[in-house]
Amino acid sequence: MTPRFSVGAPVVVSRGNPPGHVRTPYYIRGKSGVVERVCGEFRNPEELAYGRSGEPKQVLYRVRFPQKHVWPGYQGPDGDTIDVELYEHWLEPLQ
Amino acid sequence: MMDNITHTHDGPDPHAPRPDHDDTVTHHRMLEIAVRELLVEKGILTADEIREAVERMDKRGPHLGARAVARAWVDPAFKARLLKDGSAACEEIGIQMDQPTQLIVVENTPTEHNLVVCTLCSCYPRMVLGIPPDWYKSRAYRSRAVSEPRAVLAEFGTHLPDYTTVRVHDSTADMRYLVLPMRPAGTEGFDEQRLAALVTRDAMVGVTTL
Amino acid sequence: MGGLQAGPVERVEHDYQLWEKRVDALMVLLSRKKRFTVDELRKGIEALPGDAYDRLTYYERWISSIASALVHRGTISIEELRTKLADIETRPDGPKAGKP
Repeated sequence: MTPRFSVGAPVVVSRGNPPGHVRTPYYIRGKSGVVERVCGEFRNPEELAYGRSGEPKQVLYRVRFPQKHVWPGYQGPDGDTIDVELYEHWLEPLQ
Repeated sequence: MMDNITHTHDGPDPHAPRPDHDDTVTHHRMLEIAVRELLVEKGILTADEIREAVERMDKRGPHLGARAVARAWVDPAFKARLLKDGSAACEEIGIQMDQPTQLIVVENTPTEHNLVVCTLCSCYPRMVLGIPPDWYKSRAYRSRAVSEPRAVLAEFGTHLPDYTTVRVHDSTADMRYLVLPMRPAGTEGFDEQRLAALVTRDAMVGVTTL
Repeated sequence: MGGLQAGPVERVEHDYQLWEKRVDALMVLLSRKKRFTVDELRKGIEALPGDAYDRLTYYERWISSIASALVHRGTISIEELRTKLADIETRPDGPKAGKP
């Protein structure tokens, strides 16, 4: 499976609140960041949580976000970041 | 979840602790015994397997991560491999890693400090650090390490200047993170063993520096 | 849970008791044997009612979730579990009994 995003690509995390087991933290939904690395392909935990195969594997990315854009009133310098691992189906290109 | 079992005693036994239904500690310990015995009776697990698994995890601890850190400090080529592929580099020095999780080693420098957390549950690089401490799994750490890392660091006695960028790593999926702390000053000429003894678990999680 | 309000981090740790290490072992062994996935266990914990999550300790949550997952998958039945728990309760040593 060809990764949709490459390192350095600006992306935005989907909003939305699907039911079930989801590994995209609430705090990062709707936020924009940059792909820091392509981690590889893994079975989808949202499916694995229900005993299903989790295949086809999904591409997992590490996405880096500026803390000041994630938390209103963040206490710290502008350069501080947070890296979150996110599955491809949760990411859209940032326009 | 599991219903409480109602039952009657034929008469009080003065020597036995009487199980208390409201005592969730007792209930869950009994649940562990029940599940384990059922699985052994059904041939799904053996008592030996369980004992060996406990022993295996007992052998895992921060001393493993410390070995990788010490090696990286003395061997720049190893350090490069460790930063490129943490799992492979650890296997190289005899630390057995897990599938499918992958170890990412993140390096502290004077201008970058790394902090590891798992907000969703308590994912932790067990293969190199052992079982996580209670505080790592606490609500307070998991909530605040992402949103106010510098305040959390301060609670651990770690104060960083503004020119040091703090990078938080939330282990939300299959990656596990190990912080490569900066080598302390005054350790020139120390051998690997002596260096490894300096490396603490807390420094490898990123809540402290050395 | 990230970003929620919370108090200071209490730097507590405890030496894990044998029963807790056994829960950990069950988790590792059973997921390796594909009796369930860690994801199912996490989902089970997420599904715990709010106060249970805080009332129970870490390994109490995990053994609850392991038991649920095994029942869910049909590996053990509720009836077997009930019978076994009743048996354990009537043992002379109470909950401390248990084959090694």
